[in-house]
Amino acid sequence: MSINQNTSSPRDAQWREELRKATPVKERTSIPRVKMPELPADYRVTCNEEVNQGLSAEAAVLEARRCMDCPDPQCVTGCPVNINIPGFIKNIERGEFGKAAVVLKETSALPAVCGRVCPQEKQCESRCLYHKMKKDPVAIGYLERFAADYERINGAASADVEPLKFNGIKVAVVGSGPAGLSFAGDMIKRGYEVTVFEALHEIGGVLKYGIPEFRLPNDVVDVEINALAALGVKFVKDCVVGKTISYDDLHEMGFRGVFVASGAGLPRFMGIPGENFVGVMSSNEYLTRINLMGAGRDGYDTPVLKGRNIAVIGGGNTAMDSVRTARRMGAERAMIVYRRSEAEMPARAEEVKHAKEEGVEFMTLHNPVEYLADEKGRVKTMRVQRMQLGEADASGRRSPVPVEGDVVDISVDLVVVSVGVSPNPLIPNSIKALEVSRRGTIVVDDATLKSSVDDIYAGGDIVRGGATVILAMGDGRHAAASMHEQLMPAD
Amino acid sequence: MNKILEKEYFSEKVVKLVVEAPSIATSRKPGHFVIVRACERGERIPLTIADADTARGTITLVIQNVGVSTEKICALEPGECLADVVGPLGQATHIAKVGTVVCCGGGVGVAPLLPIIKAMKEAGNKVVTVLAARAKDLIILEDQVRPYSDEVIIMTDDGSYGTKGLVTAGVESVIAREKVDQVVTIGPAIMMKFVAQLTAKYEVPTMCSLNTIMVDGTGMCGACRITVDGKMRFVCIDGPEFDAHKVDFDEMMMRLRSYN
Repeated sequence: MSINQNTSSPRDAQWREELRKATPVKERTSIPRVKMPELPADYRVTCNEEVNQGLSAEAAVLEARRCMDCPDPQCVTGCPVNINIPGFIKNIERGEFGKAAVVLKETSALPAVCGRVCPQEKQCESRCLYHKMKKDPVAIGYLERFAADYERINGAASADVEPLKFNGIKVAVVGSGPAGLSFAGDMIKRGYEVTVFEALHEIGGVLKYGIPEFRLPNDVVDVEINALAALGVKFVKDCVVGKTISYDDLHEMGFRGVFVASGAGLPRFMGIPGENFVGVMSSNEYLTRINLMGAGRDGYDTPVLKGRNIAVIGGGNTAMDSVRTARRMGAERAMIVYRRSEAEMPARAEEVKHAKEEGVEFMTLHNPVEYLADEKGRVKTMRVQRMQLGEADASGRRSPVPVEGDVVDISVDLVVVSVGVSPNPLIPNSIKALEVSRRGTIVVDDATLKSSVDDIYAGGDIVRGGATVILAMGDGRHAAASMHEQLMPAD
Repeated sequence: MNKILEKEYFSEKVVKLVVEAPSIATSRKPGHFVIVRACERGERIPLTIADADTARGTITLVIQNVGVSTEKICALEPGECLADVVGPLGQATHIAKVGTVVCCGGGVGVAPLLPIIKAMKEAGNKVVTVLAARAKDLIILEDQVRPYSDEVIIMTDDGSYGTKGLVTAGVESVIAREKVDQVVTIGPAIMMKFVAQLTAKYEVPTMCSLNTIMVDGTGMCGACRITVDGKMRFVCIDGPEFDAHKVDFDEMMMRLRSYN
């Protein structure tokens, strides 16, 4: 995505030049980075309200002014889908919030989601020129959320979209998570007839069952889904492709292309003794019971085990989501148990900060080796090995090495294992011709995202293993462009 | 969708429902199950598909009222709908002609056993069916299993019907008198455990069908995990049928009590 082409906000536009001249750079760089208003920690552990409250218009405009509108913006290259970042930020600066949202939607299908869950500190914001001045980067994520929320609440700029002319070709999507939704959005806008098949009884995939309300409210996700439905995307729930209907059935139903976006919904366990005791569960189970099935809420039938001393094993965003959920479910002691040090934790910096504020204990350099239970089989003790950092491993992170003999017993009554997810095997197992890696991921051509089967494309976690929402969305858009090229080649 | 077309009480607590589910009916094979939700805020629970009619586009479920969700499902009447029905899930039963097969079902476990009995007979096996329950009113589907069984043995704990005794006594009486090539057992976990222990003594290959706690039923959460031959398996993906001699029944029963 270029900053000057194929965008409604090219850098060389007159208004951009005038805006750059309107404020001297020195004045821009003297503005400190905006602080996101947050709910106070002791209040927010009692409920599921969204922690980040969003910027006001004044705060957003001021923050947008900090952006220097670089001639060669590195933030854009830091974005996995190359959003025209200065393009939307400068629209915010000049008060055109709806137009900012239009720029976002040129590239990102779900900007209200990404603005909230992207690890900006590793992506766009990590490349901001401000780092060279040893200052805080422009708060790109907060601004993305601001513009997307503005559009969501005021229903602004999508009015510019042309009415659709259906081209008569049907395509199918397997999975309604971020990859599937973003593919669907792109294809419906190109005039295809799009049907999304979802195994669960709710649309949204990990956006609904995985990421908690206090980080990504379900009604933010629903607005995006309803927008797609309004454009004509069909959603079929309770339908497991590979079980309810087969790949051959999809052909018989007239689908000319299939995008497999079934995700990495297969939990990983550590394989240590006692891991099957009552009260030890995967983060997928814990979060699905609470986020999707409403466990703990009045009127919802699904139960979830409660605990006073809860240990969450892992250091990623899912572990943060699980441990902060545990605090909200009434845990007196909520611990993160992670075998490396905090510096190696893959979780978003903001989640770690929020977790600490909410009273989560971080037991880094600790690795569980065994669980012990009471006579009924309910877990009561977690035995942890203290660790130290050794040489770097394949991922580039220093390897944790046990400190000989340093083992500690900790009282727990609930353990949530959040050490990663693998690709869900349903689709790979049901289509023989589909080439699958040893890890269980669907093998695709990097350039097109096409699988070994001519009319099947794949993207998101089913290709990458457990990754991020923005990468999944990028894959959805990428696969849509490729499949479109195949089904309706430009002359 | 998911409309209930027929309802029949097998006993006070055991209900048969015929549900409209054309896609599931077409893809279903014996051994498959569905995940069902009674209502909007309801729980997802697994129920074996006892039968399917592709022409009518229906599936048959047999439900025992044992808790909140099954009570809600059993209370529904023809014309009403289930909020969600997803399937067919799990692996289909492996059916082969092996010679003589003893199919033993405990209580409501006879419902998922019926299609297996039928398939085993149609594959050319001699089929001896053992039905077991605590008392006469809990023996179900006797008339339905007879056409596909060379012999039907009924065991009740209290002797109110058939022979007084446990299911294991019924199974052992067959093994003791003739060569049995395979045993299929479906019922409460403790029953399957003891049948497996019995048949292990006689070295008769035995298959069980497990019913663990589930949430999604598609392999996503691990709630249904069991240990088979020392390895972790998911009942919803790898099962519901397993080699009964390799299943850690004690661990499974411990996990079944998670929410008691």
